[in-house]
Amino acid sequence: MAVAAAVVLVAGVALALLWAPEDADQGPSQRIFYVHVPIALTAYACFGWGAWKALRLLWTGDQRYDLESYTAVHMGTIFGTLTLVTGSIWARTSWGVWWSWGERQLVLFLILFLFYAAYFMLRFSLPDGPGRARISAVYALFGVVLIPISFLAIRLAENFIHPIVFTRDGPQMSGDMFFTFCVCLAGMVLLAGTLYLNELAGKRLDLRLRELREALELG
Amino acid sequence: MSSGEKYLAAVYLVVLATVLVYVAIISAKLARLEREVTALAERARETRG
Repeated sequence: MAVAAAVVLVAGVALALLWAPEDADQGPSQRIFYVHVPIALTAYACFGWGAWKALRLLWTGDQRYDLESYTAVHMGTIFGTLTLVTGSIWARTSWGVWWSWGERQLVLFLILFLFYAAYFMLRFSLPDGPGRARISAVYALFGVVLIPISFLAIRLAENFIHPIVFTRDGPQMSGDMFFTFCVCLAGMVLLAGTLYLNELAGKRLDLRLRELREALELG
Repeated sequence: MSSGEKYLAAVYLVVLATVLVYVAIISAKLARLEREVTALAERARETRG
């Protein structure tokens, strides 16, 4: 998966910088779109995946879903940070400001990000065990409600400057641009998947080592 | 290099730097886990011996 992520990402970046046609309105800065939007969608996907794992935990009581949900939220927060940073740079070049508090899309994404940032504070303020896993799962599930609100906010706003690219009539871009976007999105999802699996393996190993250490101390 | 191109380069560099930092953190974590496994293996050998 790591090799696939690297190949698709390099191909996506090459397409975005060298092949995709330049936007007549925004010029070269429009190419930020090929990184910013896939990162934002990947962040949503990670939070959604974390909520799904949280639901599985609450449904089955299987504790392994706790670590999976936590890792997905961890990944979502990293991609969320990147969304805010890349979006801010794009805003500076397109709108002349680093941030606009009047934009519902931006503010709702920030709320979503801060909500999940608080997930870690909640998680690490509780003692380890099934209780912490359940409370964290409920919190992660609540957060997922913010995803469609954040996504729909731009469509409900009346005076927005944040562009709408995907409408009911399909993507508002040329075929070349859409193809490049799809490659970049696939690359970003593969990268997130690779990082998720690596992080999860590391966390599981850490947990088993702690158990082994405790067993040795008791023995 | 135009202003738009500078911002474009900044975005791609930020993403690349983040991925590299993340890989460095994962590498450091793996090295720590390896040290811990070695220490635990030694301890287990001492307990048995």
